[in-house]
This record gives sequence, structure tokens and C-alpha cells, in this order.
Amino acid sequence: MPMLQFEHVRKVYKDGTTAVDDLSLEVERGEIAVLIGPSGCGKTTSLRMVNRMIEPSSGAIRLEGRDVTSYDPVQLRRGIGYVVQQIGLFAHMTIAENIEVVPRLLGWSAEKRSQRVSELLDLVGMDPGTYRGRFPHELSGGQQQRIGVLRALAADPELILMDEPFGALDPITREQLQDELKRLQEAVHKTIVFVTHDMDEALRLASRIAVLKQGQLLQYATPAEILRSPADEFVAQFVGRHRLAEREAPQTVREIMNTRPVVLGPGASTEEAFALMQSRQVDTLLVVDAQGSLHGYVSALHLAHRRAVGRKLGEICESDVAVTGPYDDAAAAFNRMDQEHLPYLAVVEDGRLRGIVTRRSMVRALAAAVWGDPQ
Amino acid sequence: MSGIWPDIVAHLPLVWQDLGQHIEIVLISVAFGCLVAIPVGIYLTRHVRAAEIVITITGLIQTVPSLALLALALPVLGVGLVPSITALALYALLPILRNTYVGVRGVPAETVDCAKAMGMSGMQALLRVELPMAIPVIVAGVRLSTIYLISWAVLAALIGGGGLGVLILEGLATYDFGLVLAGAVPAAVLAIVAGLLLGWLQRILTPVGIRELAAGGRGA
Repeated sequence: MPMLQFEHVRKVYKDGTTAVDDLSLEVERGEIAVLIGPSGCGKTTSLRMVNRMIEPSSGAIRLEGRDVTSYDPVQLRRGIGYVVQQIGLFAHMTIAENIEVVPRLLGWSAEKRSQRVSELLDLVGMDPGTYRGRFPHELSGGQQQRIGVLRALAADPELILMDEPFGALDPITREQLQDELKRLQEAVHKTIVFVTHDMDEALRLASRIAVLKQGQLLQYATPAEILRSPADEFVAQFVGRHRLAEREAPQTVREIMNTRPVVLGPGASTEEAFALMQSRQVDTLLVVDAQGSLHGYVSALHLAHRRAVGRKLGEICESDVAVTGPYDDAAAAFNRMDQEHLPYLAVVEDGRLRGIVTRRSMVRALAAAVWGDPQ
Repeated sequence: MSGIWPDIVAHLPLVWQDLGQHIEIVLISVAFGCLVAIPVGIYLTRHVRAAEIVITITGLIQTVPSLALLALALPVLGVGLVPSITALALYALLPILRNTYVGVRGVPAETVDCAKAMGMSGMQALLRVELPMAIPVIVAGVRLSTIYLISWAVLAALIGGGGLGVLILEGLATYDFGLVLAGAVPAAVLAIVAGLLLGWLQRILTPVGIRELAAGGRGA
């Protein structure tokens, strides 16, 4: 089950402006989902609907499957981490008190709170002895924002919302904190929804990027995919031509696979199989049922050698097909074909056949890299 | 004027008695003022529209000459301590109300929003974030009210409220300047001491983390 689901969420304000229009997307556990778009695109509104700081006009937001509106808002918010720009630190509280806010609301003992503060400060390399008793204004902007992130982690929530947390920092500090966040996230494995208007930040941090414009979701895909195939002109412009030109991100299998492999159903006869192989000039067929599940493969040799005459493909096919996922790295897939002497890899997602990667796919991808995309 | 001290010393027992009463009148009036103005000021930060009206009205009270207000209290509440304190408490309202309103409104909206987004209820955000950050401004209002009231409480004697005004009025009636000074000088000293004391209280009550910020010192 996804950690977070938006289902046809709409937000229309009293003055009639539609801030979010039919937004549907899912965030898997452990992902960093980045919401990005120009100001007024509804990214912050979408974020704030998760912890009910804003209520949706229609549609539902589900946290681990449960509609957020079924929670008491105050209890819900205590279970979700929240980070904003550094103004969010409470100036009248010490660093320790700031970090302890949510644990205190949750009624943790003083001892447990204090231990947690030390643990968290250690996590970002800030000496607890030095920093616990300091006040926010005694810290640099970068340090303050680290505390902001730690504060969100304090009660160990599964989900953390971040609203342009690094927006006010200088570029160097910002990059440092982005790297730290990425490292931290790999260590604590939280699900993060992150709002920004900075595409570099999105590309650096995101597992998936949601590009929004005037409340509508234009594209929700991995950074690599967005770089490679922006959904429309707006996304392309937003990503920036220079980044599209760089194409440094690795290709995925999905982008180079042949989406129309030669297949037959398990109920087909050997004669049909022979005929199809001849017409398509292949020596192997994948056996796929009506639901799209892959049963196996049959080669021309199978058809000829076995006493296959009169039997159905489902009965004679071999099930040990080499498979890969559509979001796997394309280069890794090619390496595997090369090393294991595989003629092809079947691309399977959720048990369904999505396509096939053959040596021909490899040649095409290479050609595109050398001479540019034919499109 | 060679003998302020002898005059005061001569009337010392009376001075002590009236000073005590004066302080009592001021403290009770300010306390009532706080009791009403702070909650109302907080309430108004949640109802900005009503705020304008209420602050205008309390401003109007402030413009009524204090003597007139005391005179007005006379037919309604009679003579003595109660009408004096009532009239003075009305005066105390405005500075405290306005400063509470301004102080709480002055806490950045993002900070309060963040407190709520982290799971504080409205009351928790008020008690743990808004009030601690607004304390310096609120106490400044209390300080202002107190200093005003120390001087205005002199007039309470006119409607039988007692206090140092009694000495001054008696002195004026009998052309005894020594008596006038015996009332006026302690009142002035009291105002100065109260101002210093509350200034000190303001610093003490200001949370450490925002002391430098509140004082306009090196900020973050």
C-alpha cells in the first residue's frame, strides 16, 4: 500500500480560484516525492492538505490507506513531520526545546526527550553539549535549518512534509543540506513530500517529481524520465533546455524496450506459432495470457523437437524467462544480456509483460546516443 | 524650598499611610486592567474586525479627562475606593490592551502556523509560542499603565478614594505647601521607582532567546 495517496483532490478557494485541480498521485514508502512548479501552481496547497492545515474541497488524501479527514487534525499533525524555512524555529526556545516540541506534545518523559535530542544532534554532527542550550539566533542559517529538519524527525514520524526548507539559504549551504538530507533519508528511510520551485533541487533529491501548473499535475515521473521525455512543452521549459541537453541521467529499460513483443496465448497451437514466427521473422515467442501474465517462451526448436504436434503452447512452453523491470537501469540490463548470453530480456511489471529488450534495442539506443534521437 | 525633607519628615506618618493606600489603589487598578485587557487583547487578535472598534472605544475612554471620568463615576458608583479604582482601571485598559494586541499580532504568522502544523492546539500555540514571544510588548504596556495611574491616582482623593492626593488637596486647601510637597514628592518618586521596577521585570520575563532580538541587538 502506498504511504500517501491523493485521489482526485480539488481545492477551490472561497473567491472561486482553483488552487488544486483533480490531483491524483501516490507516494511510495521511502520515496522523496518533490512537488514543483511556478508560484501559484498549488504545490504548497497540496502539501498543506496532507496534514489538514488546508481542507480539500473534494477528493480524498489517504495516509497508509486511511483518509486523513478521519483523524483529529491535531493528532494527525503530531504524527507527521513538518519543516519550513528557518522562520519556523521558535526564537524563544533553546535548540533542545525546539527539537523537543512534538515529543513534549506527545507526553514523552524528560529523560527520553533529552536522549532523543542528543541522538538527533549527533546524527548531523552537531555536538549536543555545545548546541542543546543555544538559541536559534546564535546559529548560522544552515545550522538553523538542520535543526528544523531534526525537529521534524524528533518523534520518528513515517511521513515528513517539507515546504521549501532550503529556500532562504545560500547556494553552497543549500547543496550541503540537500546532500545531508539525502544521506539522512537513506539512513532513517522516511517518506518525504518536498515542495520547491528549484528544479536543480528537485533533480538532486527526488525519487519522483510531480510538475504542477495552475493546480494541474502535468507529469509525475522519475528525474531521469522527466529529463528524457518531458510530458509537454511547459515541463520541458520548466526543466530547462540546458538540462535536457545534458542527458546525464541514466536511461531506464522502459525507454529503450520494444513495447510490441511477438506473443501468443497459451491456448494457441504449434501451427499458429510456426506461422507467426515466419511472418515476424523471429525464432522465439513469448506466451502471454489474456490478462497479460507471462507464462513462458517457446522457440522454433521446441516446436520441432518435442512431440509437440497437436499440443497447446501453454503445455510446452519453458517458464525460465529472463526478466527485468521497466524502471531498471538500461545499461545494467545490457550488461546482463552480454554476460549471461541472453538473446533478450522480458520486461515485467506487477506480473504483466510490458515489453522486451533485445540486442536490436541495444543497437538502437547506441545509435541514438551517437547520432541523436531520430525523433 | 529649603525644606522639602523637614516637611515630608514632619508628615511622615501620614505620608506612609497615604503612600500605602496610593500603591494599593494603583496595584488593584492595574491588576483589574490586566485581567480584562490581556484576555480581550488576545481575543481581538483572533477577531481583527472587532479589534478596530474595541481599540477605538478604549481610545475614547482615554481621551476623557481623568477628572471628568472621576466625576462621572461619582453619581454611578458613589464615593470612596470603589469608584476610584473603577475609573483608574478603565484608564489602565488601553495601553495594556493595545500592547497585548500589537504584541501577539507581531509574532510572525509563519511561526504560529508552524506551531499548529506541528500539532499544537490553538491554546498550546498561544501559551507556548505567541505569549512568550509577545511578553516584552505586553509588559511594556503594563509599565506604561502603571506609571500613568500613579499620577492619575492622585485625583482619586477628590472622590474620597484616598492616596497621596489627600495630602496634596489638603495642602492646597490650607496653603500648606509643605503638605503639598509631602504628597507630590513621594508620588513622583513612586512613579520613577515603579518605572524602573517594571523595566527590570520586563527584562526578566523576556525569554532569553529573544532578549537580544527584542532589544534590537545583534540579530540572526
